[in-house]
Amino acid sequence: MSRVTCRDAMGRAIRRALLEDDRVFLMGEDVGRYGGCFGVSKGLYDEFGPERIRDTPLSESAFVGAGIGAAIAGMRPIVEIMTCNFSLLALDQILNNAATLRHMSGGQIGVPLVIRMTTGGGRQLAAQHSHSLEGWYAHIPGLTVLTPATVEDFAGMLGPALADPDPVLIFEHGGLYNVDAELPDEDPAVDINKAAVRRAGQDISLLTYGGSLPKCMAAADELAASGIEAEVIDLRVLRPLDDEAIVTTVSRTHRAVVVDEGWRSGGIGAEISARIMEQAFWELDAPVARVATAEVPLPYPKHLEDAALPSVPAIVGAAKELLGRG
Amino acid sequence: MRDRVELLRDMVLVRQFEERCARLYQEAKIRGFVHLYVGEEAVAAAVMGVLQPRDRAVATYRDHGHALLKGVSPEAVMAEMYGRVDGCSGGRGGSMHLFDVAHGLYGGHGIVGGGLPIAVGLALADKLQARDRVTVCFFGEGAVAEGEFHECLNLAALWSLPVVFCCENNLYAMGTALERSEADTDLSVRAATYGLAAWSVDGMDVDAVTHTAQRAVEMARGGAPCFVECRTYRFRAHSMYDPELYRDRAEVERWRERDPIDLHRTRLEASGDLEPGAFDAMRAGVDAAIDRAVAFAESSGLEPLDQLTRHVYAAGPEAGR
Repeated sequence: MSRVTCRDAMGRAIRRALLEDDRVFLMGEDVGRYGGCFGVSKGLYDEFGPERIRDTPLSESAFVGAGIGAAIAGMRPIVEIMTCNFSLLALDQILNNAATLRHMSGGQIGVPLVIRMTTGGGRQLAAQHSHSLEGWYAHIPGLTVLTPATVEDFAGMLGPALADPDPVLIFEHGGLYNVDAELPDEDPAVDINKAAVRRAGQDISLLTYGGSLPKCMAAADELAASGIEAEVIDLRVLRPLDDEAIVTTVSRTHRAVVVDEGWRSGGIGAEISARIMEQAFWELDAPVARVATAEVPLPYPKHLEDAALPSVPAIVGAAKELLGRG
Repeated sequence: MRDRVELLRDMVLVRQFEERCARLYQEAKIRGFVHLYVGEEAVAAAVMGVLQPRDRAVATYRDHGHALLKGVSPEAVMAEMYGRVDGCSGGRGGSMHLFDVAHGLYGGHGIVGGGLPIAVGLALADKLQARDRVTVCFFGEGAVAEGEFHECLNLAALWSLPVVFCCENNLYAMGTALERSEADTDLSVRAATYGLAAWSVDGMDVDAVTHTAQRAVEMARGGAPCFVECRTYRFRAHSMYDPELYRDRAEVERWRERDPIDLHRTRLEASGDLEPGAFDAMRAGVDAAIDRAVAFAESSGLEPLDQLTRHVYAAGPEAGR
């Protein structure tokens, strides 16, 4: 047991994967000598060398596609993209190839590739380094979309992702890298198909993932001070969504707030809300509420960025309103 | 290595197959986008002719010839055109997405330039696993305008990967002539700036392409990626929807005078490698094989509707909900 940050938990998971499986290698911009844009792969270059900790040119489409090709031909690549905004330069490869080749080839070709990227705002990085596009990617059949929010999940999601025969995208919220917690020395066993109940409650459900989880936990504390017991569901995987967990919590609390750092329109929150309507309509005592990012590219000034992103007061406010206590 | 008479037969197979596809399209037996390789046969024939069965190929949406000459049976290719279960992609891909991993064919790619990174990755895996395999990536000259072309030539050279980039320059990216989209149209000179060996070759001459392809594949096998521009021409329209407003008939006729099949046949007959009358027998044999392929495709079944969401995840249709 030791105190570990989310950053180091992911670094440790990558190291373990490299030790356990010769087919695994890490590839991306500045993953090697630099130690990773966010320091996740620090030290791995010295330990494993340039073949397995492979620095790439700034050619997102080429190195993501190369990861796809290498995965097809028997390797287990981990491709790191600095931020999900940059992943748009490789969107052709991710959608038209990684997500599509199994189908288009009639099942002959699988792409067992893991793509990791940072996501999310809150660090004053303005409008080209701060967005949350995991909801977009969750739209695409053929992909699995993971959003670790705890140290345990940063440590434990990579293993099952690498074991998956199909492409898995891991969205690491930049605001979580410094969050720390006690972690056992052995890898935690994580089921990447299931949501997790992070706090039990019976009055209202807060459904969230990734960087919004700490905000929902703080909101639940505040609500508890007002005598409202919120259940916090960490979705953990946005595709496939854990419908059962969603229906179970809504059936218990009869009220739901979906908290999502993506933009509201057409976002993953809309999908979750629709599924609640489809599968648990008669359980609801109030319409599903959403707390999402304002419909604006993220601004640089802190006060404006804070106002744009989901916040603890906004979550508390939305919850109280659903309970008629707004 | 295919001998020169076999190469002639290979080209005739592709030509006759494509002409049959055109007819079947007009009869509405096959649908979707269909891009014919008529006129360009020497390129795939020569390049596939120098590959080993274990070597890999990545092709574009104009891929019928590549599939046939990489060893996929005419039956499996034709059934794919028909969208039937016995197609080489199980019917899911159609004309543009022919796959056959057993024969080293990794598509059939519909996004211009999109196959290059895949080829780089296949070659990277082969290098990392010390396998003696070369990947040949085919693409048109239109792909030179895509960022992926430049990213991939650089990456392959930087990492010394066993890959051959085979540019089938048929002068038109759909309807846009090369000189209308590139300031510098000398593609091999441009490719060479990425630090790999690059040649331009007469793509209508199967012997010339063979000669260069042999060198390129040999170099790539040793870890030196190469670029080969094959200057060729498509005699037919871009796809079945193309009224060909962008080029005049005289130009097409001029290129037809250099028909790769006629050129090679004349040469083989002059040298005595091909008996008089042998060509007609060869073509009749090919036509009979294509008849069998069509009969096979027509008798192949349609995938049941309850299998609609198959092949999205290995774990089955429920996996991604």
